[in-house]
Amino acid sequence: MTQAVERVVIIGAGQAGGEAALRLRAGGFEGAVTVIGEEPLPPYQRPPLSKKYLSGEWDQDRLLLRDREAYAQEKLVLRLGAAATAIDRAAKTVRTDDGQDIAYDALILATGSRARALPVPGADLPGVFRLRTAADVDAIRAWIRPRARLAVIGAGYIGLEAAAVARGLGLEVAVIEAAPRPLSRVTSPEVSAFFLERHTAEGVTFALSAQAAFIAGDHHVESVGLKDGSEVAADLVLVGVGVLPEMGLAQAAGLKTEDGILTDADTRTSDPAIFAIGDCARRPISFYGGRLCRLESVHNAIEGAKLAAAAILKASPPALEAPWFWSDQYDLKLQIAGLFQGYDRLVLRGEPGPQGFAAFYFAGDKLIAVDAVNRPAEFLGAKQLIQRGQTVAFERLQDMSVPMKEIVAQARPLS
Amino acid sequence: MPKITYIEHNGKEHTIEAAVGQTVMEGAVKHAIPGIDADCGGACACATCHVYVDPAWADKTGKPGGMEQSMLDFANDVEPTSRLSCQIKVTAELDGLVVRMPPSQH
Ligand SMILES: Cc1cc2nc3c(=O)[nH]c(=O)nc-3n(C[C@H](O)[C@H](O)[C@H](O)COP(=O)(O)OP(=O)(O)OC[C@H]3O[C@@H](n4cnc5c(N)ncnc54)[C@H](O)[C@@H]3O)c2cc1C
Ligand code: FES
Repeated sequence: MTQAVERVVIIGAGQAGGEAALRLRAGGFEGAVTVIGEEPLPPYQRPPLSKKYLSGEWDQDRLLLRDREAYAQEKLVLRLGAAATAIDRAAKTVRTDDGQDIAYDALILATGSRARALPVPGADLPGVFRLRTAADVDAIRAWIRPRARLAVIGAGYIGLEAAAVARGLGLEVAVIEAAPRPLSRVTSPEVSAFFLERHTAEGVTFALSAQAAFIAGDHHVESVGLKDGSEVAADLVLVGVGVLPEMGLAQAAGLKTEDGILTDADTRTSDPAIFAIGDCARRPISFYGGRLCRLESVHNAIEGAKLAAAAILKASPPALEAPWFWSDQYDLKLQIAGLFQGYDRLVLRGEPGPQGFAAFYFAGDKLIAVDAVNRPAEFLGAKQLIQRGQTVAFERLQDMSVPMKEIVAQARPLS
Repeated sequence: MPKITYIEHNGKEHTIEAAVGQTVMEGAVKHAIPGIDADCGGACACATCHVYVDPAWADKTGKPGGMEQSMLDFANDVEPTSRLSCQIKVTAELDGLVVRMPPSQH
């Protein structure tokens, strides 16, 4: 892009799209910004959907990233309840479902991801839900009754968070998971075991290494049938088996994709006028040797928004953060920094228990990630170390008498 | 509704009315007042909602809890009245509260 950018169009009014619009203004962009969003709500946060919004503690307004009026004040045009249906890269326009063409100089794709469907008979019965949008949660809440039996298919973060909330609301909860342990794709066996134990103590039952074969019921769901022939009785079912990047528009427009819309470190796609950020995008992460990662997190949505805004404004890029994430279950706050894939050593700081502990992941002597349970200092400390490219001796971490702050202060650069 | 004044690091003041039950963080973010990032949206998971409570108000807002203090230990430019603003609930007693923003949240 050599000419000045005067019109930015953003497809997707989720956390990444909303942040990008706000960051453009905050960075001094004075041109037109149009955000096209399929959902009726202005940009909102999804993390509370499986936490305080599901429990009923938060109302819908609290989910919103900004007050509704804030966008008009910033002269940002939100076109909500409108879907983008095509991108014309030659004409630099985006078509919307009401047949309009909106011209852009720079386009940001922030289309997020969608819940993966469960390919079994009965998955469309009333009482079978997924948990991706505020509307999904509103629908689930209408079915929640004390003592109702909830079957959660998929023991990822969202499924387990929902299980914890449901127990708090007095439901009976059974979790069905195809892998031999919960959270198998996102953490180590040690941390999985800790969460399995806690949920079991809270009264959640688990069917592990178990695959759902069908969902049965006459007019609404009554049970989930498993491949081994057994059945789990259920009044409602939550399917939480992961998400798929929403990249149909990008593919139709001929952009490079591979498990996400591929971008460079500045979030630019294979078309220099088009950027992709958030759950739909896959970019190199510098702390891991530029490995291409498609991250599904608030951190990634916000960082992508900052990067795209900086690239469009030709401003200096933001300081990068090590990937981070959190999950709330019961009174446990799990905070994760870094990417644990490919670790060859796990170092525990503290014994897994309600008082909190942290699992540090190393590849060789490089600290690559931490799972910290009720241990914010270990989380923030490890995050700083990863960002600085520093590491610490395993034994130091195991010594609980040394505060994390001190360990971080004495860290050494990677050899 | 209680009034809260936020003072950006550059001295710019914003006074807004916050709803009781909201947090001091939400009062700023929902009104798009710059200076508080609040990346995690109030989950006490990010430490990017750091503020300095005006010393005259420090007794009323109280001290940080254990988790909050651990997070503050890793924040930049911490002062004696530093708090994570997502952990301060807006109450009628906080009408008139003044908080200042640190130089940066990251
Ligand atoms: C229940 C739940 C709990 C979570 N908990 C956490 C957590 O604790 N911590 C954490 O870090 N992350 C969490 N996440 C993940 C985090 O919320 C996501 O990574 C983040 O929302 C991604 O932002 P995004 O803007 O890329 O996508 P989204 O927020 O999904 O927004 C994309 C938007 O684009 C719209 N869209 C798509 N295609 C089109 C089109 N063609 N035209 C118009 N609009 C379109 C969609 O309708 C959607 O509104 C959670 C997610 C869920 C669902
Ligand atoms: S908003 Fe994240 S810790 Fe306060």
